Amino acid sequence: MPAKMGSIRIQEADFSIDEEYQRLRVAHPEQNGAICTFSGLVREFGDKKGVTGMFLEHYPGMTEQSLQLIIDQAVVRWKLNDVTVIHRVGQLSLSDQIVFVGVSSAHRVDAFAACEFIMDYLKTDAPFWKKECHAQGSQWVEAKESDRNRTKKWS
Amino acid sequence: MKILFFASLREQLNTEEEQWKDLNGALTAGDILSQLKTRGEPWASSLNAERLLVSVNQEISNLNTKIAIDDELAFFPPVTGG
Repeated sequence: MPAKMGSIRIQEADFSIDEEYQRLRVAHPEQNGAICTFSGLVREFGDKKGVTGMFLEHYPGMTEQSLQLIIDQAVVRWKLNDVTVIHRVGQLSLSDQIVFVGVSSAHRVDAFAACEFIMDYLKTDAPFWKKECHAQGSQWVEAKESDRNRTKKWS
Repeated sequence: MKILFFASLREQLNTEEEQWKDLNGALTAGDILSQLKTRGEPWASSLNAERLLVSVNQEISNLNTKIAIDDELAFFPPVTGG
């Protein structure tokens, strides 16, 4: 069986979009025609306004497995050269980077679609949980029907 | 059997993990859940959540999923990453 495509990293440390982009770019220099990247950030308004930070918890082991499953499905649907998924855990501050998805392909249509597909499934299937921090304390983020509907549209 | 709890559920139960040496007759994930609920509060109400998710050996499962003594079960609320 061929090696699974994709690099998956769950980490507390920040990441550099430039480094990740360059890694995807040089990995398949003759086949890449398009690289699509997405990054998600901690913003000031979530379930409540006045968000000052975020705590991210995950299920070690299951998280990596579920992300690999999502990448595997993307590889079946589109012609991709490589995929990188990075998700941070632990304590994050306002405007910090949370998540990165990078997809390289011969064509932009595949890169765009696969990047969105991976993010949509990550939000509903990968075992991460966010807790928003405010001046008054902190509370677990509610799962959103709109996210589940986005995932459903791919099936 | 290892049983894990995550996020709001972990906080409500004040438990992140427990080990069982005996399944006390449980055959499915639902049987384990029923046994946990008999502990009284906060177990009964916290585990009664409408959208409680269960995984068996790190795969999303349901309450009818068969279980064995070497399995790893986890209960958690709907995921909110990304």
